[in-house]
Amino acid sequence: MDITLPILILALPFTMFLILGIGGVKMSRKLAGVLGICGNGALLAMAYTVAFTYFFSGNPEFIADGIRQQVQLFDVTWLAFTERMVVNIGFLLDPISAMMLIVITTISFMVHLYSWGYMEHEPGFQRYYAFLSLFTFSMLGLVVATNIFQMYIFWELVGVSSYLLIGFFYKLPSAVSASKKAFIVTRFADLFMLIGILVLSYFVAQTPADGPLGGASAFNFLMLNSESSNVLASTIGATFLGGSVLTWAMILIFVGGMGKSAMMPLHIWLPDAMEGPTPVSALIHAATMVVAGVYLVARFFPLYLIVPDSLTFITVVGAITAFYAAVVACCQIDIKRILAFSTISQIAFMMVSLGVARPELHDGLGYMASMFHLFTHAMFKALLFLGAGALIHAVHSNNYTEMGGMRKYMPITHWTFLIGCLAIAGIFPLSGFWSKDEMLSAMYANNWIWGAWMTMVAGLTAFYMFRMYFRVFWWEENPHYKEHRPHDAPWQMSLPLIFLAIVSIFSGFIPFGEFVTWNREPYHIHIEMQVAVTSIVVALIAIAFAGWLYLKKNDKPARMKAALPGLWTAANRRFYWDEIYMFVTHKIIFNGICKAIAWFDRHIIDGTMDALAAMTQFFSVRIKGMQNGSVQTYVLWYFFGAVLLAVITWICLL
Amino acid sequence: MDYSQFGAMLPELIILGLFLVVFLFDTFSGDGAKRILTPLTTVLFGLATVAIWIIPSCDMEVFGGMYVNDTACKAMKAILNVGVFIVFLQSAKWVESDEVAIRKGEFYELLLVTLFGMYLMISARHFLLFIIGLESASLPLAALVAFNKKHYESHEAAAKYILTAVFSSAILLMGLSFVYAFSGGSLYFDDIRNNVIAGEYSGLLIAAIAFMIAGIGFKLSLVPFHLWTADVYQGAPTAITSYLSVISKGAAAFAFFVIFVHAFGQLFEHMWEWMMYGVIIVTITVGNLFAIRQKNMKRFMAFSSISQAGYIMLGVMAGGIGLASMMFYILVYIVSNLGAFAVISSIENNTGKLSMDDYDGLHKTNPWLSFAMTLAMFSLAGIPPFAGFFSKILIFTAVTSTGSMALYMLVLIALINTIISLYYYLLVVKAIWIKPGEAKVESFKSAIGEKLALWICVAGIIFAGLVPYVYEYCYKAVLG
Repeated sequence: MDITLPILILALPFTMFLILGIGGVKMSRKLAGVLGICGNGALLAMAYTVAFTYFFSGNPEFIADGIRQQVQLFDVTWLAFTERMVVNIGFLLDPISAMMLIVITTISFMVHLYSWGYMEHEPGFQRYYAFLSLFTFSMLGLVVATNIFQMYIFWELVGVSSYLLIGFFYKLPSAVSASKKAFIVTRFADLFMLIGILVLSYFVAQTPADGPLGGASAFNFLMLNSESSNVLASTIGATFLGGSVLTWAMILIFVGGMGKSAMMPLHIWLPDAMEGPTPVSALIHAATMVVAGVYLVARFFPLYLIVPDSLTFITVVGAITAFYAAVVACCQIDIKRILAFSTISQIAFMMVSLGVARPELHDGLGYMASMFHLFTHAMFKALLFLGAGALIHAVHSNNYTEMGGMRKYMPITHWTFLIGCLAIAGIFPLSGFWSKDEMLSAMYANNWIWGAWMTMVAGLTAFYMFRMYFRVFWWEENPHYKEHRPHDAPWQMSLPLIFLAIVSIFSGFIPFGEFVTWNREPYHIHIEMQVAVTSIVVALIAIAFAGWLYLKKNDKPARMKAALPGLWTAANRRFYWDEIYMFVTHKIIFNGICKAIAWFDRHIIDGTMDALAAMTQFFSVRIKGMQNGSVQTYVLWYFFGAVLLAVITWICLL
Repeated sequence: MDYSQFGAMLPELIILGLFLVVFLFDTFSGDGAKRILTPLTTVLFGLATVAIWIIPSCDMEVFGGMYVNDTACKAMKAILNVGVFIVFLQSAKWVESDEVAIRKGEFYELLLVTLFGMYLMISARHFLLFIIGLESASLPLAALVAFNKKHYESHEAAAKYILTAVFSSAILLMGLSFVYAFSGGSLYFDDIRNNVIAGEYSGLLIAAIAFMIAGIGFKLSLVPFHLWTADVYQGAPTAITSYLSVISKGAAAFAFFVIFVHAFGQLFEHMWEWMMYGVIIVTITVGNLFAIRQKNMKRFMAFSSISQAGYIMLGVMAGGIGLASMMFYILVYIVSNLGAFAVISSIENNTGKLSMDDYDGLHKTNPWLSFAMTLAMFSLAGIPPFAGFFSKILIFTAVTSTGSMALYMLVLIALINTIISLYYYLLVVKAIWIKPGEAKVESFKSAIGEKLALWICVAGIIFAGLVPYVYEYCYKAVLG
């Protein structure tokens, strides 16, 4: 494939960022908006061209003997520090990166369009579009990375743009602290990832330089994945705390993914990140950036496969997180927080699905199912967030207590939101049903415990989603809205809702297994009736229960809350994770450890530096007589210098 | 004699041709036509630069091996040309000022002659040719340093420059005469390499090498052969100061490498390795120690350039890869230092202010100049992601790649010195951005040439490190 399009796919959003970022001050809102949307539309077209060419052209470059190929469209040396330490920048096209190209550009375009209406009156509109372009650039660079370094660079860039967008309303203290929290927590997780990368590269670098993993290929995904036995061989014999070093490296790399994907216990930043503008939550904190962790595991899957312990770790983390987030989501009032916890829970679903995937179980069904769910989830979760944005736009509050009976005023939002809820609840034949069914089949195939546990989480999902749905759109009309009738959003906002709703209905019928599988061979999806029926029945019961509680105004929810006061408060306060963090950081780390380190820093480190500075000043004063302005002295010094050089060398040598 | 041999000297011939064009135009044109001399010279020189970049190198020895023009030589000349082009751009306004305009032809002619001399220094493989190059690169510079006829400091600087230059030539020739004795009566680098036998150290040979280092060390302003630097830099017109600090120094560094690796390469270990070891440490350290006390920007840049020369000289310790990283270092040094000088000369030309104290609060009145100066200082100090960081890291890795423990120590000492240098470079940044109080330099508009020079430098500072092509160019030019 010609490399023009791939280069443009990376260059265009970056150029947009520069144009909007530097020239935005002098642009009108309209120009900035049109520029952003048109640029993104062009990006969408190019990404679709590349992805569709990859999937459908049948070109032997992309598919050979029924196996989809991994193609590096280009891979150029960027920085060659030493022979072993080479950083490349490239464009890798394989099923998951092509799929991500579609997801990112679709959602990004929808969000660009939607923001035109949603952010219309906000100051800094141009800056907002510039940051969106920066994010799109970083995310695209991340998914097409050919090596760990490139991925790490863009991984951090994604973090930066997320930070900038969460803190977009920089005059709100809560937004500022949320942005800092998001950045620090994810950065903290990235530290482990970096350690993991270094451990991995240290051992891989032990292989011969001219071998398959020498030079730049020591960091190349394709080489690492195809030479996984060599990677394993290089770490043989090295163990740490009872686990092989490779297991540790892979777990540490996964910790970076835990940070970005908000897995417990590093999930605390995501609910707060909802302080950012709602379209940003839809793009970054629901559909694309937060699934980077899932993408990371999928990218390294062959390596994870040779150390199954790390996959078990991923499964356990995912299963706990999924359940925890679902329970918390049942007891939130803020609709964006509910969606945030729902996102955490759904991403954990994907993690579990990846964790249970084994080649011998249905040909690695879990991997395919996880990617499938990533795709469908991106669509319906973006839809739900954008719908929530429309609600917030209409009533100027995030809390469902301010809403109720909204179905009368906002029919478009109501119907699209309902579709989103049905999709996430996994009701036949919406998209969520198909992907969730595949995931649950994979889990049952691994161990019935995972299947049963996650079926229960799926039931909780249906419950809290419909709890929100009924509470917002049914329940009792807020008398306040008799006078100020809320109304549906303008067309720029409704259009993305309708489009995403249609995608959410039909995307389940995509034969996803034909495109994305762990070994890139086609997998024919089939429904396991037992699993499908169970999950639908569970979901329907949960929806019915939610309806029984919340369809009409009544005191049943209040009585339930009163019956279990402790549980409700604990779940509402997210089981006190933030408080635990506060305690650990402030009380233990700041007071205990930091004080000693601060003393060391002030007295020993600063003392050394001060001494160096004092010495420098001292000698500087001492030698200034050398420069006295007299040319005779200069020449004398010159001569002495030359003679001294000769004499000292002579003495030393002879 | 085969006159086609002159074909190998194409870069020199281009510069010579340009010199003749400027000379004839200056001599025979009327006052009206003279007005276009500056733009004409600048544009022609720009074209010459492009021509030298793109003409293929013929990689041959001519005149019996006296002269070589291989890819490495061509790359060095091309790098110098970029610097000279920036100097031309940034000096255009000064050249057109009332005091100088009447002699502007001389300015360009003398500058081109020195450049021609530097070309010969780089390409020479025979000491006679080298000395001719060296002298034609030195003597016209004395006239240029004295170019501000009506300023006392300019005369003083020129006198100091010429006296020290003469002395250094004497020392160099003395060293050379010893070498002549050893090489069996030949001044060809090849003969010297073949006849001076490693391991046979006599006092005379040591003195010869030490005197050679001292002689070329003058142009590089290595400590303790540097004492002329500060006075001359301060007194000379700013355009000449920037030329001296960058082009003259770069050419001397290249020539140093060529001579010591080609003619005395076999004496590296146990001999001039240790001499350079000491000289580099002293140069970097003393340059830094003096720089932290300077208030006059030109003196400040003088000592900064002394310390930078020490870093440049690290390249001679590492052979071929050292030359590649040295070329990259010099290229980056050219854009960074000339960026700083573009700001200094722009402020001097418009307001006459030269002290660091006058830079307080500069960002309030001249934000773009402040921005460029900050980038230049960051790059000189070696702060990532600017080019100076990459040039430092590459020259350090080149030196440590030899694996010698002593060289590791050398790099460590150089690293500690970068901390000191960070202090004084940041003093300028602090004055510009942080120091309270009203700005002392009023807002002004720079001339078009100054702006262009500044933009080229800023682009170089930002992209030279991040775009791998630049380093690869140097690497390929040296190692093929």
